[in-house]
Amino acid sequence: MIEWVGDLGLFTWQVTKAVFTRPFEGAEFLRQLDSIGAKSLPLMALAGAATGVVLSLQTRSSLTRFGAGSLLPAVIVFSLIKETGPIITGLVASGRVGAGIGAELGSMRVTEQIDAMEASAVDPCRFLAATRILACIVALPLLTIAADFFGILMGWVACTLADPVSLGRFLAAGFHGVTFNDILPPTLKTAIFGLIIGVVSCFQGMRTRGGTEGVGRSATSSVVLSSLFIIVADVLLVQLIIEFF
Amino acid sequence: MEQLPNTEAPNTEAPIAVAGLCKSFGAQTVLDGITFQLVAGDVTCVLGRSGTGKSVLLKMLIGLEPAGAGSIRLEGYDISSASLQELNEARKKVGFLFQQAALYDSMTIADNVAFPLRRHTRLSGSERSHRVHQLLGSVGMNGDPDKMPSEISGGMRKRVGLARALALEPTVVMFDEPTAGLDPITAAEIAKLIVELRDRRHITCIVVTHDLHTARTIADRIIVLDGGRILFDGTCAGFAESHDPLIVQFVEDAA
Repeated sequence: MIEWVGDLGLFTWQVTKAVFTRPFEGAEFLRQLDSIGAKSLPLMALAGAATGVVLSLQTRSSLTRFGAGSLLPAVIVFSLIKETGPIITGLVASGRVGAGIGAELGSMRVTEQIDAMEASAVDPCRFLAATRILACIVALPLLTIAADFFGILMGWVACTLADPVSLGRFLAAGFHGVTFNDILPPTLKTAIFGLIIGVVSCFQGMRTRGGTEGVGRSATSSVVLSSLFIIVADVLLVQLIIEFF
Repeated sequence: MEQLPNTEAPNTEAPIAVAGLCKSFGAQTVLDGITFQLVAGDVTCVLGRSGTGKSVLLKMLIGLEPAGAGSIRLEGYDISSASLQELNEARKKVGFLFQQAALYDSMTIADNVAFPLRRHTRLSGSERSHRVHQLLGSVGMNGDPDKMPSEISGGMRKRVGLARALALEPTVVMFDEPTAGLDPITAAEIAKLIVELRDRRHITCIVVTHDLHTARTIADRIIVLDGGRILFDGTCAGFAESHDPLIVQFVEDAA
C-alpha cells in the first residue's frame, strides 16, 4: 500500500512535469479528447436523461403529497446541476473511460509497446499519460453540461407527460433563483473527477504485469479505484463549495 | 574456448561496453557479473537457454531495465548513471526490434514508422512520407502503408518493426528473438536483412536468439549465457568446435 502510494506520487510528479514542459503533444491530446469526450457523449446524454426522468417520477408524488408540486422543476434543475449531474457523469466516466484507459495502457505495457516508445526516446508519461489526463480534465465538465442538459430536458418530458407544462414555463420555474455559483463550481468540480480518473487509470494501466490477466486486473482496478476516489473527493469538494460559494 | 577481448574497464570506443553487469529478480540471480564489448560493425548473437536473462540483458543495454550492479556504456553514454535526457540521446542512436515487434496498435504501419521521425526530426510532411516509404521499401514492405498492425502477418510486423527501428539511422540495432514464431523462409529473409544492415550500412547488431541456424548464418561472434555468466564468447567456428557439454548439446539439438 505504501509502495503503491509512493509510486502514484512519483508518477503524478512525472506527469505534472510533462504537462508543463516542451514538447507538447497537441495532436495526441486532441485525439484523446475526441476518444474520451466526444465518444462518451451518447452515454452521458443517456445517463443524464435517465436521471432526469427518474428524478421527475420519484419526486413528483412526494412533492404533491406535501402540496409542493409546483417546485418540481426547481427540484429537478437544482438536483441535476448541483449534484446528480456531476456525480453521475463522474461515475459513468470512471466506468467507460477508466476501464478503457486501464485496458489500453495495460495492453500496451504487456505487448511491449510502452517499452518500444521508451526505446524510441519518447517519454510515455508525456505521450500516453499526460495527454489522457488532460483530456479527462477538459472533457468531464463538458460532459457534465451535456448530462445536465439532457437530464433537464427529459425531466421536463416526464413532467409534462403527467401534467402538461410548456418547456419555457418549466425552465423559468426550474432556473428561478439559480445563479452562476449554483452552476459553475459543481460543474467545474468534475475537472477534479477527470483528474482522478486520468491519473488512477493511466497509473494502473502503465504498471500492468502478468499478460492478459494483468490487463483485466488493471481495467477493473482503474474503475474501482477511480469510482471510490471520486465519491470521497465529492464529499470534500461539496463541503468546500458550500464553504466558499 | 576462443575468447574475444574482455576487459574489466569499459572501452569508451566500443558501441556497447558492459562491465560486471548483475541483475536479480528477488532471490533469483539472472546475470552475475557479465563483461563484454561489441565490435563496431559486427553482428553479435547472444544464445542461451530460456530464462538465462538474454532479453533482460538487451533491455538493460538500452536502459529499459535497471542494472543491479556494473556499468553499461552505450555509444559513449554511461547508461547506469545517465539522466533521462542523456539516456534518450543514447537511445536515438539505437534501434530496437522487439520479439513481437511491439507496433503501436492504434497507428497505421506508416504512422508506426513515422513515429520516431515526427518526434526527433524536423522533416516536413512530404519528406517524412518519402522517408517512411523508403524505410518500408528497404525491408520489403512495399504494400499498403495504411494498414493497421492487426491486419498484417507476424513476419510483416517484424519487417515494419525493423523499419521503425531504422528510422533515425541508428549505429546499433538490437534484436530480441527476431526469428521467433516465423516460418523458415520468413526467418531466412529477416536474417538476410540483418546481414544487409551490417554489410551495407555497417550497423552494429546484437541479436538475442534461440535460433542456432540463424545465429550461424549471421553472426560474427557468439556469446552464450548460462547460469548468469558468459559460458562462451567467440566466433562461429570456435562455437562449433567447443567441447563444453552445454554447447555440444545446443549444437546437436539444433542439427
